[in-house]
Amino acid sequence: MTTTSAPATPTLAPAPGAPASAPRSALSELSQETLALTRRLFLQLARRPSTLVAGVLQPLIWLVLFGALFAKAPEGLLPEGMSYGRFLGAGVIVFTAFSGALNAGLPVMFDREFGFLNRLLVAPLRSRSSIVMASVLYITSLSLVQSLAIIATAALLGYGWPGGAGLLLVLVILLLLVFAVTAMSLGLAFALPGHIELIAVIFVANLPLLFASTALAPISFMPTWLGWLAALNPLTFAIEPIRAVYAGHFSLGEVVLVAPYGSLTGAACLGVLAVLALGLFLLIRPLLDRKLT
Amino acid sequence: MGLRLAKWSSKAVPEAVIELNQVSKRYGSGATAIEALSGLNLSVPRGCLYGLLGPNGAGKTTCLRILSTLLEPDSGAVRVGGLDALAQPRQVRELLGYVAQDVAIDKILSGRELLQLQGDLYHLNRAERDRRIEELSEVLGMDVWLDRRCGTYSGGMRRRLDLASGLLHRPAVLVLDEPTVGLDIESRAAIWRVLAQLRDQGTTVLLSSHYLEEVDALADELAIIDGGRVIAAGTPQVLKAALGGDRVTLRVREFSDEPEALRVQLLLQACAGVRQVVVNRSQGFSLNLVVEHDGVVEQLRQQLKQADLPVFALAQSKPSLDDVYLQATGRTLMDAELAIAGQRDPKAERKQAMR
Repeated sequence: MTTTSAPATPTLAPAPGAPASAPRSALSELSQETLALTRRLFLQLARRPSTLVAGVLQPLIWLVLFGALFAKAPEGLLPEGMSYGRFLGAGVIVFTAFSGALNAGLPVMFDREFGFLNRLLVAPLRSRSSIVMASVLYITSLSLVQSLAIIATAALLGYGWPGGAGLLLVLVILLLLVFAVTAMSLGLAFALPGHIELIAVIFVANLPLLFASTALAPISFMPTWLGWLAALNPLTFAIEPIRAVYAGHFSLGEVVLVAPYGSLTGAACLGVLAVLALGLFLLIRPLLDRKLT
Repeated sequence: MGLRLAKWSSKAVPEAVIELNQVSKRYGSGATAIEALSGLNLSVPRGCLYGLLGPNGAGKTTCLRILSTLLEPDSGAVRVGGLDALAQPRQVRELLGYVAQDVAIDKILSGRELLQLQGDLYHLNRAERDRRIEELSEVLGMDVWLDRRCGTYSGGMRRRLDLASGLLHRPAVLVLDEPTVGLDIESRAAIWRVLAQLRDQGTTVLLSSHYLEEVDALADELAIIDGGRVIAAGTPQVLKAALGGDRVTLRVREFSDEPEALRVQLLLQACAGVRQVVVNRSQGFSLNLVVEHDGVVEQLRQQLKQADLPVFALAQSKPSLDDVYLQATGRTLMDAELAIAGQRDPKAERKQAMR
């Protein structure tokens, strides 16, 4: 270990006169702190890429195994004579984005538990919402990368390609879902006492939400009660428009979801997702305010 | 010096940079509630290296967490650099550098990346930030390992990195919670040197410690804190001088027995200038005396000689901060540490620190 240099190095204390930095606008300070926090999350990912690898591998396995499981399903069983692989593609894409976003709270929870959050809280942040914004930025970009990987693989497996405009629409739908789920996960990360509890909630929420949606089977296959659950499941509102895009005939005015309570157009599904994302952010705000001020 | 500090205060010198007035804080509620601070008063003059001395669990960390705006007190006033820390926490955070006790670092980042993050959180511009990192890296001797990942650092390296991150934005006030606990001697000396240097350059430094010798050697002024309140405050010299008298440890034989020790105690108690004689059973029935002045010791020797008693060892010392603590609380700092060791609940304490 090295020792310190000779005493009286004139560099430790406040510099005479000028403050350390010239005053800057609130917005530029806000973006500086948010980007720095986001950079940290990406550095972590780059050096510990297992999350990313697992996040891409898992849905690929779903796609390949599940697709193969029902490959010999009788033709005409699914709406419009779709192959099961093509049907499943939309479900797996949505599920990938969903489970990625569901984990958004984990890094925040670890920061709380290990005290790294306190390091952030003693700093004169312009707004402490930059801590939350960094997580949202990180998870959103990560989910989009994962989703694009699945979309590309699905195309290679012959399960279809949404086309340029379709791809854009798929990404918009995924963004809305990711915002909503990230908000929920961050809320949980501040509300629950520790990572064990958070992981338990993630574990319990993950698969049931998948099975009680139209990711693996259409509502027409389900008993009434499950059909109702699936028709209320937020994942379904993301899956059905994407499925319509893959079927090649999506327009916002067209009915994409035939639910027990009525039929919903693509625009209505998008609306539901947008309201959900906004609602969840408003819901967790008081909690974040309480924990972060 | 006036110029460099004019940024945050224009009052006449010397005034208090840190002021805590009747600050109370309680964790939990009902029967299990713990009163961490009960009406604590503290006043730290500008440019002072100030020590907060007390046993574990005395309330030091709570006090510093309140100062650094991590924690709000239940009642009382907190002012830093003339600002109300409860009303203007963000401005206070700009003034303060806070080096916490249990350093949370991101193991997967390098030290430099962590400092860069820290610089961005304090809104330094990039050039200033990187120049500052270079400076601190040199002063704290971090250049060799700063680009390695934090996960590989030793305790001393981590503490230096944390000190650097506390100093990055050139705070007017530096607050450190037990900065040298568990460190090797070299790292401890390095940190002491930097703290003294900072004080010499005009930074106000407040550190907590349960090491007597650290506070005694380093601090210009100190407060002894016990049970959530300050029980004595001042310069180490004044506090010790206020006790008066010299401390004498006497052994008539290497291993005395109790009857003999009691006999000597009776004999010495009768001497003029002897204030107090205690038989220390845990140290082979040696005798601990408080005497008025140097001359008394010579009289003691004569008395012992006349009574035909040998002197195996006789040590004389000025009162220490431990004696100050003993006087105020009726127990030594070591005893207080031991008494508290079994009572603490690390799990509950981690919860208190969690947001």
